[in-house]
Amino acid sequence: MLESPGTNHWFGTDELGRDLFTRILYGARVSLTVGIGTALVALIVGTLYGLLSGYAGGSVDNLLMRIVDIFYGLPDLLIFVLLSLFLGRNIVGVLIALGFISWVRFARVARGQVLQAKELVYVESARSIGASHARVLLRHILPNIFAQLLVTLTFSIPAAILAESTLSFIGLGINDPYSNWGTSWGTLAQDGWRAMRSYPHLIFFPATAIFLTILSFNFLGNGLRDILDPKTRRL
Amino acid sequence: MAPFLIKRLLHGVAVLWVVATLTFALLRLLPGGPFDRDRRLPPEVMANIEAKYHLNEPFLAQYARYIRGIAAGDLGPSYKYIDRTVADVVRDTLPPSMFLGIFALALALAVSLPLGVAAAAWHDRWIDRACTTMATLGISLPNFILGAVLIWIFSLKLGWFQAARWGSPGSAVLPAITLGAMPCAQLTYLLRSSMLETLGEDFIRTARAKGVREALVLFKHALRNSLIPVLTLLGPLFAILVAGSFVIEYVFAIPGMGRFFITAVTDRDYPLVMGVTLVYTAILVCANLAVDMLYSVVDPRVRTR
Repeated sequence: MLESPGTNHWFGTDELGRDLFTRILYGARVSLTVGIGTALVALIVGTLYGLLSGYAGGSVDNLLMRIVDIFYGLPDLLIFVLLSLFLGRNIVGVLIALGFISWVRFARVARGQVLQAKELVYVESARSIGASHARVLLRHILPNIFAQLLVTLTFSIPAAILAESTLSFIGLGINDPYSNWGTSWGTLAQDGWRAMRSYPHLIFFPATAIFLTILSFNFLGNGLRDILDPKTRRL
Repeated sequence: MAPFLIKRLLHGVAVLWVVATLTFALLRLLPGGPFDRDRRLPPEVMANIEAKYHLNEPFLAQYARYIRGIAAGDLGPSYKYIDRTVADVVRDTLPPSMFLGIFALALALAVSLPLGVAAAAWHDRWIDRACTTMATLGISLPNFILGAVLIWIFSLKLGWFQAARWGSPGSAVLPAITLGAMPCAQLTYLLRSSMLETLGEDFIRTARAKGVREALVLFKHALRNSLIPVLTLLGPLFAILVAGSFVIEYVFAIPGMGRFFITAVTDRDYPLVMGVTLVYTAILVCANLAVDMLYSVVDPRVRTR
């Protein structure tokens, strides 16, 4: 059943005769959904949290940031494993668990930016013509700090893909055998890892898919940062 | 300095408490337990087991017992390894993990410091391009893939190192390279941009104008002032090494704490899961504390604060 790469099956087949190229295409759906979904969840939760914290300032800010500090000090992957035990080893569960550990990055970036932005004149002028706090935050400050958040978002996607594939590889990530949605690249790599001695193609292709995807998002992030953040451009 | 350290220490204790509470609550709320077998145990036996591990007590009483135990250094019994406590397991499995982590960090620092300085010194030349390309590739390469590639090349094809033979000479080399690669890439990248920023400062021009040798300018004037961001990253990096090591231990079959963590999760050996999580968190807290103290050594400006 197990075939090496050839003209019939470009990436070869696995031990059940399934075409690896097709499995990797469908696996992309899982990995990209988890990556982008996690980043979006973290973006929304973290940004709102950071906006409020930075804008409120004072003791509220102090308290909220203490909580973020504690989250920041947690060992990410371990907390993720515990959460996913609770939320289940399916895509939604993994997405929420990963979002739960990565929102703090956005909270920190958003707060730092708001602290600077809220002292600027345009905020004062918006307030003086009677704009509410909510309006100032969402219509005036948020668009002005969005560049930074976008860069953070682009770097969060590969981080989430990395975490998901790593955990699936060691058998603690997505494990949903009845899903017809596709198998995570990490799980494919794990299957290949067991047979690596005799059939290296089984791990080579999923591993390459993971690597190239993460690399592309990192390139995208670097490019975006160079464009949006003039301070680092010359470096 | 002292009040600052006390504040950080209290913060560390708070982190540990949050982790202990979080893991305890999550694992107790999970449906099913470690003693569920395919064949049901008789109710009397079940009651006996529950009484032995105090599982028949109210939730809060169990929680109080657990926290009191931690404060006394007792992490509880292991459900799976009946003759060993969690503390026993940690004592046996922590040394390989720590050794691997420190080896990997040393390796990463030894490679990234010269590379970062060189890349900044020859900015935009081939060595700089090579370093940044390597760093981008390194950041994007998951360590389990790197581990598999290294095993395939050096163990299966060349036969230089034996895979999955922890304790044999040279057995720590491949795992340490695998674990250290990503931190190395991050450190190189960070040191390079930090150095570039410092090299643009006025005091560097002054030093050069005075006729200080270029090597001295680089390593004394510039490097010292560029180390702060590197230090800041060392804390989180240690976290990557610690949390990442359970993947490496899985790939290279190293009898470290991380592998026990994975099996404990699948075995539902909850006290062991909680214990290992706590130990990892404690290591992380200590690393961050050490980094905070190192600041004042490197940067005299911090001392006065």
